[in-house]
Amino acid sequence: MSAHLPEVLTRSAADLADDLASGATTSVALTRASLDRIAAVDGAVHAFLHVDAEGALAQAAAADERRAAGQPASALDGVPIAVKDVLATRGLPTTCGSKILEGWVPPYDATVVAKLREAGLPILGKTNMDEFAMGSSTEHSAYGPTHNPWDLTRIPGGSGGGSAAAVAAFEAPLALGTDTGGSIRQPGAVTGTVGTKPTYGGVSRYGLVAMANSLDQVGPVTRTVLDAALLHELIGGHDPLDSTSIAQPLPGLVDAARQGATGDMSGVRIGVITELGGDGWQAGVQERFRESLDLLVGAGADVVEVSCPSFVHALATYYLVMPAEASSNLAKFDAMRYGLRVLPEGVASPSAEEVMKATRAAGFGDEVKRRIMIGTYALSSGYYDAYYGQAQKVRTLISRDFAAAFESVDVLVSPTAPTTAFPIGEKVDDPLAMYLNDLATIPANLAGVPGISVPSGLASEDGLPAGFQILAPALADDRCYRVGAALESLLVEQWGGPLLAQAPALPSEGASA
Amino acid sequence: MTTTAHDSVELVDFDAVLAAYDPALGLEVHVELNTATKMFCGCPATFGGEPNSHVCPTCLGLPGAMPVVNGKAVESAIRIGLALNCEIAEWCRFARKNYFYPDMPKNFQTSQYDEPICFDGWMDVDVDGETFRVEIERAHMEEDTGKSTHVGGATGRIHGADHSLVDYNRAGIPLIEIVTRPILGAGEKAPAVARAYVAQLRDLIVALGVSEARMDQGNLRADVNLSLAPKGSGTLGTRTETKNVNSFRSVERAVRYEMQRHAAVLDAGRSILQETRHWHEDTGITTSGREKSDAEDYRYFPEPDLVPVAPSREWVEELRATLPENPTEKRARLQSEWGFSDLEMRDTVGAGALGLVEETIALGAAPQAARKWWLGELARRANDAGQELTALGVTPADVAAVQGLVDDGTLNDKLARQVFDGLFAGEGTPAEIVAARGLAIVSDDGALSAAVDEAIAANPDVADKIRDGKHAAAGALIGAVMKSMRGQADAGKVRELILAKLS
Repeated sequence: MSAHLPEVLTRSAADLADDLASGATTSVALTRASLDRIAAVDGAVHAFLHVDAEGALAQAAAADERRAAGQPASALDGVPIAVKDVLATRGLPTTCGSKILEGWVPPYDATVVAKLREAGLPILGKTNMDEFAMGSSTEHSAYGPTHNPWDLTRIPGGSGGGSAAAVAAFEAPLALGTDTGGSIRQPGAVTGTVGTKPTYGGVSRYGLVAMANSLDQVGPVTRTVLDAALLHELIGGHDPLDSTSIAQPLPGLVDAARQGATGDMSGVRIGVITELGGDGWQAGVQERFRESLDLLVGAGADVVEVSCPSFVHALATYYLVMPAEASSNLAKFDAMRYGLRVLPEGVASPSAEEVMKATRAAGFGDEVKRRIMIGTYALSSGYYDAYYGQAQKVRTLISRDFAAAFESVDVLVSPTAPTTAFPIGEKVDDPLAMYLNDLATIPANLAGVPGISVPSGLASEDGLPAGFQILAPALADDRCYRVGAALESLLVEQWGGPLLAQAPALPSEGASA
Repeated sequence: MTTTAHDSVELVDFDAVLAAYDPALGLEVHVELNTATKMFCGCPATFGGEPNSHVCPTCLGLPGAMPVVNGKAVESAIRIGLALNCEIAEWCRFARKNYFYPDMPKNFQTSQYDEPICFDGWMDVDVDGETFRVEIERAHMEEDTGKSTHVGGATGRIHGADHSLVDYNRAGIPLIEIVTRPILGAGEKAPAVARAYVAQLRDLIVALGVSEARMDQGNLRADVNLSLAPKGSGTLGTRTETKNVNSFRSVERAVRYEMQRHAAVLDAGRSILQETRHWHEDTGITTSGREKSDAEDYRYFPEPDLVPVAPSREWVEELRATLPENPTEKRARLQSEWGFSDLEMRDTVGAGALGLVEETIALGAAPQAARKWWLGELARRANDAGQELTALGVTPADVAAVQGLVDDGTLNDKLARQVFDGLFAGEGTPAEIVAARGLAIVSDDGALSAAVDEAIAANPDVADKIRDGKHAAAGALIGAVMKSMRGQADAGKVRELILAKLS
């Protein structure tokens, strides 16, 4: 579809930054183009929950003034961006895709949002997501699903389907996502975009409405690996407001992406995780994965098979740790201080507990309630050791598998998700089938290591995008960018242009799907 | 409030309790630290302020906000632990204590669970010259909750109230919770041991300078656990936890009351319900709060938003070097410096007046004078008001100033008591009260001399006796002179004048 689009929409953020620096375009022009595109197609895609046209244009005008004065705030000053609705934005609604936060406007900015503002990136709006980031399809948003730009009847992945779809539909050149079990990488895979989950602690979580604090990370959602590196460097680094953020500086991510883009992989040792593939994995997805691997070998990489035996327990471990933390995090939504307040029916003078109960019953969706119940159970006295305690031990085993593997290889790779995008509605009533989407992405969250998903091509069965996942040791995010950029450059050469150029055109009149 | 059958028992006589049962005590004391900022955010931790003015996204528990540990609070916790002879953890974590309550912004309290920063300590407590070693199980860090005010309803509690107001200024103020192991073998002295422990702990906290430690303001809050076991059985009975007993005197009374109530329940062949109870200062009884059995499941788990606290051994040793003198050794030193008898010292400690007396002496008062005011006049007034000495509103500086006025002849003891009346009435500083009330002793020799002449003339028989050398008779004339001077004369001076005129 992108062939028919104005170049201002399809160019990478890095190129747009160059255009702004050279004076070839203005931030107001870019921002207006994005807003027009949103107005034209978001009725069909529904990537956004809230669009702040006025605010974005005002920020764009300020960026243009800085550029004109020769004092840009950053390399990306003036490049517009979309922000997942799980990040607190001062003065802009933040709902986390939930009814319980409908109408809540935070009085403060998440640290990453503050960094975007300081760097001059106009914020276009807030993107759709599964409620409180709980899901792999964005169907669990209380405000309706997001549609995959490749096929509007299909899911865009989740929980960050809104950010991925916004970038894939050329509504925004950049977006922020969050990844607790794959919510950046899996949407990236099924929409043909790039997404990084940074090393745990590499990016501040302050202002990220937590699902599972020990797993959550904020990361970039982009169309190119270099754009992801640029955005990652901008949002990363130590934050005194998040004591789990890492004090040491990030390695040079942009440099690594540029080095990788030369396509030279000599001396790079790549491990293929044997547990993440085989039966149950879509043949076309595996086929694209193998071909990508062959390209890397051709570029000089050494590829070996590596076994991570504990990974088979990752999903079960995740579904104890995540709901346990979530059940406690979500307790604060009690109608006492902000957000939805529902009074129980037929009660003349309800107690605080009755108001809490009625509000939580009305304000939380089924998937959220399911996880609150699982988590509450897992933490209960008498069950803690068997569930939460045991899960923490398995987590240690998974970390050890990573550590052992990284003794012999530089990066580990797998397909990002087992399948391409499935039809909306297909798995929404089958939680276990839904959970399996995150099989390959969850181990990185449990161990705190970084990972990136890069498009590997279209699966032969359905012509839909598949993703190639690259995992590196903690603090070695640069390796993800080096290998990711190499693969991207080799594939783009093969395709004769970016994968998204092959996506079908969207109904341009904003008609709903 | 719910009244259970247990609330209406006929108490057993205290001596009869001791004949049949051994009490086991346990104390949980919450100390609010005096750090400049809150436990997990930069908001001021000061007392008071307009409701909800000392708040931010973190202490309001807004979505997305995160905690960061206050290093000064960790330092205070370690110093308290060291002063209580505790081990200091090399590595420990915070944990979430999950339960719903409107004054808790996150619906979990960030506390410590199975990894307290301080553990396995002890404190020696003196009661009537006998020393009891109280073993400290743990001292851990946590955050305070907000403060609810329940409007309407009869009890001032949430049940039956029309509505409630919550002030989150207190939410997130650092607390240290100090928990004893069961204190066994105190017998009849159990109430006194409980009181002495809390009083001595307060002295220690004050000496460390880590808290204002004012029980009346809730800086120091005691929960009293008590159980009875059949005498000599060596077992532990079912305990009750009496919450927020907020004076030394109430600690003693609450233990005594619960001993008598437990005995009554047990004597009647019933069993003690494990529950939280409320102490009623006015009536001196406890009433049932909530049941505390297996219904309470706080679902503790390590706080994932905070990194572990791992104080280096070097830092711990640096902090150990900052500890104030050991209280037991300090008491021995002060007793010798002040020249107090054992009984005087014991009474001073027992009244919770040691620190007050010490400060008063440091401000220039003679030791016996300081003791006399605090354990006499002021203790009497505190007792009448059912208050702690520290809650009276009279400071060591006030007492030292009053005594200074006595020492320089401006006041006598009788007038000094009127100055205290003025202090309680909030009339200003002692000097201002003396001026405003016109209390100064008349030192004008002319007026005094005339009054003495008048008294001699009115009592010729007494005057004759004095002329005959019976100086003891002068008392009657002194009384007459003091009466005519309305007390505003120095009795010593009057005596001198009488003897001079009649010799």
